[in-house]
Amino acid sequence: MSTTDVLLIGAGPAGLACAATILAHSDLSVVVLDAGHGPGGQYWRQPAPAAGPNALVPGELADLHHDQTTFAELLQEVQRGRAEGRLELRSEQHVWSLVPVGDGYAAHTVDRAGGPSRTAGSTTRARAVLVATGAYDRALPFPGWDLPGVMTVGGLQALLKAGGVAAGRRVAIGGTGPFLLPVAAGLARRGSTVVGVYEANRPTLWLREARAVARNPAKLGEGAGYAGTLIRHRVPVRTGRMIVAAHGTDRVEAVTVARLDRAGRPVVGSEHRLAVDAVGVGWGFTPQLDLAVTLGVDRRPDVAGTEVVAVDDLQRTSRPGVYAAGEVCGVGGAALAVAEGTLAGAAIVADLGRGAAPESLVRQGRRSVDRLRGFADAILRAHPVPAGWADRLEPQTVVCRCEEVSYAAVRAAIDERGAGDARQVKQLTRTGMGWCQGRVCGYAAGLLTCGAPGPAVERLVSAPVPLGALADAAAGSDD
Amino acid sequence: MTRAVIVGAGIVGAACAEALTRHGVDVVVVDRNPVGSGTTSRGEGNILVSDKGPGAELALAQLSRRAWLEVGDLLGRERIELEEKGGVVVARTGAGLDSLHAFAEGQRAAGVTALDVADPLALEPHLAPDIPGAVHYPEDMQVQPVLAAAELLAAAVDRGATFRGGLDAHAAVTDSDGSVSGIRAASGEVLEADVVINAAGTWGGEVSERLGAPVPVLPRRGFILVTEPLPPLVRHKVYSADYVDNVGSSDAGLETSCVVEGTRRGTILIGASRERVGFDTSLSVTVVETLARQAVTIFPFLARVNLLRVYRGFRPYCPDHLPVIGPDPRAPGVIHACGHEGAGIGLAAGTARLVSDYVTGGLTATTAGEWAALLPDRFAGLNKEARQQA
Repeated sequence: MSTTDVLLIGAGPAGLACAATILAHSDLSVVVLDAGHGPGGQYWRQPAPAAGPNALVPGELADLHHDQTTFAELLQEVQRGRAEGRLELRSEQHVWSLVPVGDGYAAHTVDRAGGPSRTAGSTTRARAVLVATGAYDRALPFPGWDLPGVMTVGGLQALLKAGGVAAGRRVAIGGTGPFLLPVAAGLARRGSTVVGVYEANRPTLWLREARAVARNPAKLGEGAGYAGTLIRHRVPVRTGRMIVAAHGTDRVEAVTVARLDRAGRPVVGSEHRLAVDAVGVGWGFTPQLDLAVTLGVDRRPDVAGTEVVAVDDLQRTSRPGVYAAGEVCGVGGAALAVAEGTLAGAAIVADLGRGAAPESLVRQGRRSVDRLRGFADAILRAHPVPAGWADRLEPQTVVCRCEEVSYAAVRAAIDERGAGDARQVKQLTRTGMGWCQGRVCGYAAGLLTCGAPGPAVERLVSAPVPLGALADAAAGSDD
Repeated sequence: MTRAVIVGAGIVGAACAEALTRHGVDVVVVDRNPVGSGTTSRGEGNILVSDKGPGAELALAQLSRRAWLEVGDLLGRERIELEEKGGVVVARTGAGLDSLHAFAEGQRAAGVTALDVADPLALEPHLAPDIPGAVHYPEDMQVQPVLAAAELLAAAVDRGATFRGGLDAHAAVTDSDGSVSGIRAASGEVLEADVVINAAGTWGGEVSERLGAPVPVLPRRGFILVTEPLPPLVRHKVYSADYVDNVGSSDAGLETSCVVEGTRRGTILIGASRERVGFDTSLSVTVVETLARQAVTIFPFLARVNLLRVYRGFRPYCPDHLPVIGPDPRAPGVIHACGHEGAGIGLAAGTARLVSDYVTGGLTATTAGEWAALLPDRFAGLNKEARQQA
């Protein structure tokens, strides 16, 4: 077991910004635990194996990453902290449980750095803990979505960032949200033919968001950059369209795209079929709340009804000593995560009475959070899941891939047994009981039962952990 | 026609609804939550005779086992995943084996099939090779509790029963002579009834107070570990012999004793811990680690298997570890059917038979015979302070 002043869970933009702030403005000791093989999180994901904490993303992948300068600055701070012996960054550490102990918290962790055959458990105790566990891709089932070659857009992007690998030569992109554009642009630049980007929503929804756009001119520039790339590569971007089916025998060979009417329902007769060898679909992101939910911190619904961690204006949760920053407080991107991580760092330093961040840093952080959160909310409002997303599901369409539960079985639980939420569907059909523990299918189960994501699921174990590692820990505690 | 309100749509309430509608009783089932969403959804689905020594509870378990088989024939065994998989209780020491054999001898005298196993590996090839011996209980069974509760309730509804989810039984409606003639919902709505059945499980104590017939039902927390899916490696329900001791224990601290079994989908369930910590929902890492160590001791291959999920529940227990089943003399019209501790799934079908007999007049407190030990009369002298101390 190790003890530190501050434990940061997640080395993405929020965790790194928090670490840098604490190092710069206090003498607190910091441990950062991260599941990845190097710092950066999903935004600044590095090719494996990372050459060490100083390794920046190679030049040939630089276009996939926002704001390399910020990443470089944060890494420099973190590196300085390591050199001074004040910060320890541990990669490939999966925190499976975070529990209150005494006047602090204990994170129970599986060390995966030795590979699957050499996993061991460890425990880190701290007075203050930051939950900066990010978010994961949100998928919705459709006929053929379980074919090899059909991925989430985040999955496509991760492949690119991990080594510049394109998932296919002819790729269709679908779903909703601005994230579809950089993924399509990244693929096009690497020689893939992107046969189309099918954005379910229409740009007219953005007309209501003029204020958020005006306050974030940089976001427009970013979007214009991707649009330029897509035009240069002749990638058609079609709005009000949805990929309603993927076809193929051993892997995906084609998709069917349909037009959506004003109510967001696929129009009969509007379908057309396109040959592809890869598909990426994304419906936004779900915050990774497992540790926060188990700790019992207060949550709030975001503007689209997804539960996120509720925090005050310095990222404090409802539990003393627990802070949250980044996507767990509402999906909003790297810049927002950096601003929130900075504020959390300032709060931790002040709350533990071991220093003070400059007032100007806090003021600037709050302004950034306010402005960027406004833009994130605008994205959620302008990119809802269309009402007719499930219209084209077939009885045999698999909803839960781990447990192979069909749409017909889920419908029967809802219509014949009165299941009113995702938990009841799970109990009656096993939807969400498999390897992914509902991280893939839970959102769909929520929408199908109550038309909303529903409350965040409680997962007492937030990462798989070998029983042998637990048994060793039990034996050790007897000594 | 007799009208019954059943408070609680867990496995016991659903089984009572099914049994009562079979006898033409007009049934309304109420619950704050959906069917089977309380403790029913938090257990393994055990239908056991192996863990009970001679007495009223074993007799109820034997009645219940027969009743479950009838329920299985009625609803379809597949639909509720009812399986006669059998249990194997393994001793971990020579002394443990001696006391296990003595326990089994007593059970045999009470009519339980308990077979001494000289070679445990022949029954369970992946057991640790140093297990000295075991007893095989072929009568132990398994059911999927939430499916069973949903199907039982659906069968009752098919016969005319009504389910009112989202309805909180706030208070009893009491006549001038003190008898109960219905319940009042939190909304003010009144449901009239000739009998009100307290099948509120872990919340049965709270409901009993609202009905004016308090019985001491308290929560006993338990965790169950669920692994990743594997090919079938564990064939029976496999317990370590100390499980039997823990079930009846009144020790306040943490008790764990290993129960390992495979499920149809390939996951392996590992229980069972028992703690009296009120309704504390936090995860106890010590419990998880201890259960893991005990499971690995019995089945060494589990060391390499991933834990995917832990679930937690609150068993409803009475201080004497017996369920409370039968009419309450303090509030005529109230029948209790709760406090089954960790055995509620297994005892549900038999409990429903008793409740049905009490409602239809086949059984009364004076003719209860061997079931008299389960009557609420044993708590009639309890005052509120004593209950709180308990």
